[in-house]
This record gives sequence, structure tokens and C-alpha cells, in this order.
Amino acid sequence: MLLIPCPWCGPRDEAEFHYGGQAHVAYPADPAALSDEEWGRYLFFRDNPAGPFAERWSHSAGCRRWFNVVRDTSTNRIVPQEANR
Amino acid sequence: MAERRSPLSGLDVELPGVTVTEVPYLTQLNVRTATPLTPPNTTRRDGDVTTVWLGPDEYLLIGPGEIATPGVDVSAHRTTIRLTGPRARDLLAHGCALDLHPSVFPPGRCAQTLFARTPIILIATEDGYLILVRSSFARHLADWLLDAGSEGTVRYGRKPFASPKGHDF
Repeated sequence: MLLIPCPWCGPRDEAEFHYGGQAHVAYPADPAALSDEEWGRYLFFRDNPAGPFAERWSHSAGCRRWFNVVRDTSTNRIVPQEANR
Repeated sequence: MAERRSPLSGLDVELPGVTVTEVPYLTQLNVRTATPLTPPNTTRRDGDVTTVWLGPDEYLLIGPGEIATPGVDVSAHRTTIRLTGPRARDLLAHGCALDLHPSVFPPGRCAQTLFARTPIILIATEDGYLILVRSSFARHLADWLLDAGSEGTVRYGRKPFASPKGHDF
């Protein structure tokens, strides 16, 4: 079980959160100009590092805000990031 | 005419060291504003009205009567359970992962969290705790509290919960 630092409420149990996947995946500036492959890559392809990984969480059972953390996927150690609303 | 009935009407039970009571029909107003009304994770009292921090731009105003602040009336969403007595904190600790020690969670603090897998708003007051719980989850939570609260007695296992007023719980 993870102890996740909500930037508003403090450290809380993982059960209170909803996972939002990789952070900083920008929406394409001109989606209509993308090829099918590029669109597919934007939709479905994510990094899968063994190490630090920036990801999004929502404190769904608490303040219901989205925020970013960097989690080391091999140790589950979490470094809190800026509140990202 | 339909009779007005609160989700836990009649809940007023004295357990060893802790009293569990419903505070029915509190007015609850959800207010979204960029102006801070109270610091994060705290409550503020102005007379009858308590302002509860819910998020960086979201507050819940609670009071027994009408509240003259612009906001969305969500009074029917939740009911309130009051826990008082020297063992109120022990009882809460049975179902809640938060550190409720007064040095961390003194009167005036609030938190939204899961309690016995139920989403609640928990408020520490001078005389105990207030739990705001969704009306449809209230019965489950009350049963859970009464069950957990009876563990400290000699008798274990389920026993009929009868309140002093004669309502079955």
C-alpha cells in the first residue's frame, strides 16, 4: 500500500486516490494534422521506466484535486511535485 | 402528508466511553470561491455557522438554521453523527487511517477521508467529533460504529443495539 502525499491534505492512504497515468502528456496542437499512427501513439503509448516516473493522481476521497508526483517505479518512493490543477 | 424523517432518526446510543448521536437536518451549503474562508484542513466558527474547508476553492457551510451565503444547498446529501466521550478517538481509530492525536488533529481541524470504506467529512470539535456522511451510507456507518464501539465491553459478538429512547439500532 502506498502513502501518497496530497499537496492539500497531506499523506494519505492509496485507497483514497484515483490513478491518472503518466503526467505531462500534452494534447497535440493540431490533432487533425496527425497521421493515424501519430494519433495512436498519443492515445496509447506511455513511458514505462524502471525508475523515476512522473504521474498524475486524484485525491478522489478527499479534496478531489489532481496533482503530480514523481514515483520511483522500482522502489515506490514518491517525491511530491507542484499542485497541478 | 409525508413525515419528515432523518436517515438515522433515533440514533442516540451510549457505548462504553463514547456516545453516538445523530444531529439531523443541519443546513449544508457548498460554496465555491477563490477568496479563502478558512485555511486548508481547518474549520471556522461564526456563531451557529461552521465553515469547513473542502478544497482550495471549495467550502461547506454548516448550521442549524438558514445560512444567508450564496451557495448550493446540499443539506439532503449528508447527515451528521456526533461522537463524544473519552473513547471517541479510540472508536474512530478503528476505521480510519488518519492520525487523530490532538497534537495533529486538534479541535478545529477537518478532513475528508474514508472511514469503514465510506467517504466522510470528519470534524474535530471541542467536545468530540462530527462525522458528515452521505445519507444512503449513514445506516451502514452507524451500524459499524455501534458494532466497533461495543468491542470494549465484556460481551463480544453481535448484540441488539437498543437506544435509551427505545429505537432499534
